[in-house]
Amino acid sequence: MMTQTHDPLILGGHEFSSRFIIGSGKISMDFTPTVIENSGAQIVTLALRRANQAGSENILEYIPKGTTLLPNTSGARSAEEAVRIARLAREIGCGDFVKIEVIRDSKYLLPDNAETIRATEILAKEGFVVLPYMYPDLNVARDLQNAGAAAIMPLAAPIGSNKGLCTREFIQILVDEIELPIIVDAGIGKPSQACEAMEMGCAAVMANTAIATAGDVAGMARAFGQAVAAGRAAYLAGLGRVLTHGGDASSPLTGFLHD
Amino acid sequence: MIQINGQPAPDAIGQTLAAYLANAGYTPAFVAVEKDGVIVPRSQYAETVLSDGDTIEIVQFVGGG
Repeated sequence: MMTQTHDPLILGGHEFSSRFIIGSGKISMDFTPTVIENSGAQIVTLALRRANQAGSENILEYIPKGTTLLPNTSGARSAEEAVRIARLAREIGCGDFVKIEVIRDSKYLLPDNAETIRATEILAKEGFVVLPYMYPDLNVARDLQNAGAAAIMPLAAPIGSNKGLCTREFIQILVDEIELPIIVDAGIGKPSQACEAMEMGCAAVMANTAIATAGDVAGMARAFGQAVAAGRAAYLAGLGRVLTHGGDASSPLTGFLHD
Repeated sequence: MIQINGQPAPDAIGQTLAAYLANAGYTPAFVAVEKDGVIVPRSQYAETVLSDGDTIEIVQFVGGG
């Protein structure tokens, strides 16, 4: 029997055994460590904002040690703003990872692919491990790869919508054609959808709202971690074939108790 | 007028950045600071004096996706 023991996700030269990335938004700070630990995630996204509450507790105190931080550039409306946020985030001193997020549309929160390519190019040259959030488009993914992205993060559905793999076919094209890890971001609402993305060959899945809005947040974090691992195992095992029509008995077609 | 995070902060004029952060209750390890659009490295907080006309941004991480 063939089993896969060492199957790391590699991003910017760093190895991760978990392929689930969890967002820390909309989760109370003191509950954050429990949620992260339940998910098994080794990468956690954060946002950067004006510090207007001096003296209050900081989320960095609630992230388990050894976790890789993935600051996003949320709030950026242009490449320049994303670059500014990324540089400030790196200055805090928690590594070189950045998730580029450039959004000009406040209704659907869809990313601006062209600005995202520009920001990726600038930040990759500055040594950042750049993970660009994008609308799944093959040409854009190729441009992001050429710009130095460490992975491509296509959206499944609008941010926070929990609608699932609305862009399934286009994400599959990226998986088939792009050599970089494809990490599904945004819109995944259920563990089954995260599992499906992994079965399709995605390298990882990121979720936040699906967990933050669940009845039992820590329980849902655990379910997502398990679903992503199951989907990866299924992808590596190779899915069974699908019949075009008819059935194919699993039990022997001989030895029936009748003639 | 000096602006810190979009608010006028006349009392900050003449203080070093290190003193301002300490007085306001910030933990330097958790913030990054920009002065007139340029990042101030943590190592320069003690020698950076806040002046009239400065635009200061103090940022930190918060929960986010």
